[in-house]
Amino acid sequence: MRADRLGALLSAAGTTALLSLPFVIFKANRIVPGTPHSLGDVLPAWGAIGCYALLLAVSIVALYVTNPRLRLFAALAGVVVVALAVAAAGNALTPAGNKVVRVAPGAGWWIASVCLGLLATDAITRLRPGPALRVLLLAAALGVALLALAHGTFDHLSIMREYAVNAVRFAHEGARHVALAAGSLGAALVAGLPLGILCYRVPRLRAAVLGTLNLIQTIPGIALFGMLMAPLGALAAAVPLAAQLGIRGIGAAPAVVALFLYSLLPIVANTVAGLKRVPRATVDAAQGMGMTDSQVLTRIELPLALPVIITGVRIVLVQNIGMVTVAALIGGGGLGTFVFQGIGQTAIDLVLLGAIPIVVLAFSAAVVLDALAEVMARAPA
Amino acid sequence: MITIENLTKRYGTTTVVDGVSMHIPRNSLTVIVGTSGSGKSTLLRMVNRLVEPTSGRVLLDGNDTRAEPAHLLRRRIGYAIQGHGLFPHHTVAENIATVPRLMGWDAARIGARVTELLKAFALDPATFAGQFPHQLSGGQQQRVGVARALAAEPQLLLMDEPFGALDPIIRAKAQDDLLDIRRRFGTTIVLVTHDMDEAFRLGDHVAVMSGGRMLQYGPPAELLTRPADPLVSRMTGLADRAMRLLSLSTAGEAALPGTVDGPAVAASASLRDVLSELVWRGVDAACVTDADGTARGHLTVAAILAHGRP
Repeated sequence: MRADRLGALLSAAGTTALLSLPFVIFKANRIVPGTPHSLGDVLPAWGAIGCYALLLAVSIVALYVTNPRLRLFAALAGVVVVALAVAAAGNALTPAGNKVVRVAPGAGWWIASVCLGLLATDAITRLRPGPALRVLLLAAALGVALLALAHGTFDHLSIMREYAVNAVRFAHEGARHVALAAGSLGAALVAGLPLGILCYRVPRLRAAVLGTLNLIQTIPGIALFGMLMAPLGALAAAVPLAAQLGIRGIGAAPAVVALFLYSLLPIVANTVAGLKRVPRATVDAAQGMGMTDSQVLTRIELPLALPVIITGVRIVLVQNIGMVTVAALIGGGGLGTFVFQGIGQTAIDLVLLGAIPIVVLAFSAAVVLDALAEVMARAPA
Repeated sequence: MITIENLTKRYGTTTVVDGVSMHIPRNSLTVIVGTSGSGKSTLLRMVNRLVEPTSGRVLLDGNDTRAEPAHLLRRRIGYAIQGHGLFPHHTVAENIATVPRLMGWDAARIGARVTELLKAFALDPATFAGQFPHQLSGGQQQRVGVARALAAEPQLLLMDEPFGALDPIIRAKAQDDLLDIRRRFGTTIVLVTHDMDEAFRLGDHVAVMSGGRMLQYGPPAELLTRPADPLVSRMTGLADRAMRLLSLSTAGEAALPGTVDGPAVAASASLRDVLSELVWRGVDAACVTDADGTARGHLTVAAILAHGRP
């Protein structure tokens, strides 16, 4: 029986981390340095032994079982075990009614979780699920996580403590984050699709437009924000209407404009690539049968280019969800607010309160749009 | 039906079609044949204005084709191309319904027409209507392409190398189907090909093009017996011109009165096939019979050979 290589690597890393690195960090309050605790320290003996036994079983599956369904089940079981264990550690270490102490997951827990997550991802990849099933799996995972959060399973962990303090702002900034990412994507679609169609029709324009957009793409995000401050500030000063509409040198306006500019390249480039992919004979037949130019575009060319365009939308949305984070620096708001506030206060839990939802949002957007692109590509060109 | 007057197409300094004039009668099957770059496709595409002529004009039933918007003109003219050009994201039924939908037919009429055409092309509607083009074989795709071109009952069908992508056996079947369709729907057909055999097999008029000029236009036999240009004889083939000529007449047409002792041959067989049969059997004469087996006359080797020279 040969051991699975990835399983061996992940088992070794996870086990080493759990045994040698702290499972949780306990702090008497938010500011003081913490003390590390292992799994054995914080759980009753039977609980710790149970956890280790279950994780050992997961390792054995990861090493020797080839059935991907079983591997996925084991990995998910492992995720549940470490999640419940860290929640239990939080409950055990927090004196009743105390809202000052902080129990944060330690390096051992993070590494073990990442190993289990990779194991689950690998199993899903080996299962080769269809697009609908992938979205369903994502929805199920998110659903379980949200239910556990709503139920208060993790309420004694430090990140949830930060959340409890910031709940109202979290909802507000979360919504703003999504609005900024989706809004700039929407604007990029409205401008980028026609521009892409134009570039496809006029090859001489193509090189110039794509070159310019490529150049914009190379400007670092924070530099572009800075470059936009001056012109937008001047615009607001000169045109009162612009100022009334909320256009200023700082805030949401430069953030949206910058994200819009970054979004244009993938949209325009993918629109051109998608249209190029449409077989010449198909367009010729459509014209020959008496479709007008706009009918050829809307009934034949765009539907056939759609899978490639959706791929561009996926790139843009995932990219924007990440980049909106930086917009917090210029007063644009979004979940980045917590990240930078946390960095300023050296409160890593606050950073995570911003960062984890951003990662989850980006990952979900990628999974959903990948699935969409695959469904669209079902009728092969 | 179609009158082409002095039609010319230039791209920059290159003349692709050079002053072509021809009249294509109603209910004919005219084949435009030429090598690649001869301008045959461009000539065809100027009929439905996929290419706009530099000078000259095309009359359809006496009316200048430029009198109406190009897309409305094209909806009245069937168009089938090499590699079929089916829409990959539409089902077979949707593909066939393309032009009727553009013309605003009601759903019931479109459905009836699609079913009728699928049956006419030996494609079971229950099986094929909902399939996508990539699920069909090459021959089936080609038939759907022709069915789509005929959907709105056009008087005129333009075909640009429609059988070019098919293997020889399926191609022969597709050519038979086309002759059948023509008999059935009475459509006037203009077909472009580079394949001289196809031209002789299908066309009751053949136009030979080279270098943008029309070298000769007439019945296939005339191309063999009175070539207007040495290039025409080269293209139709000098070595087997007698056999080609024999292939243009049927046993029924050439049959002599009275019957003889000998093998029976079908009246629809070409003289070339009858001669081959006689050579194979080592006999001098054959009985010509109709499809129902009644004798219609006879043929001798000498009589057949007389048909094989101008």
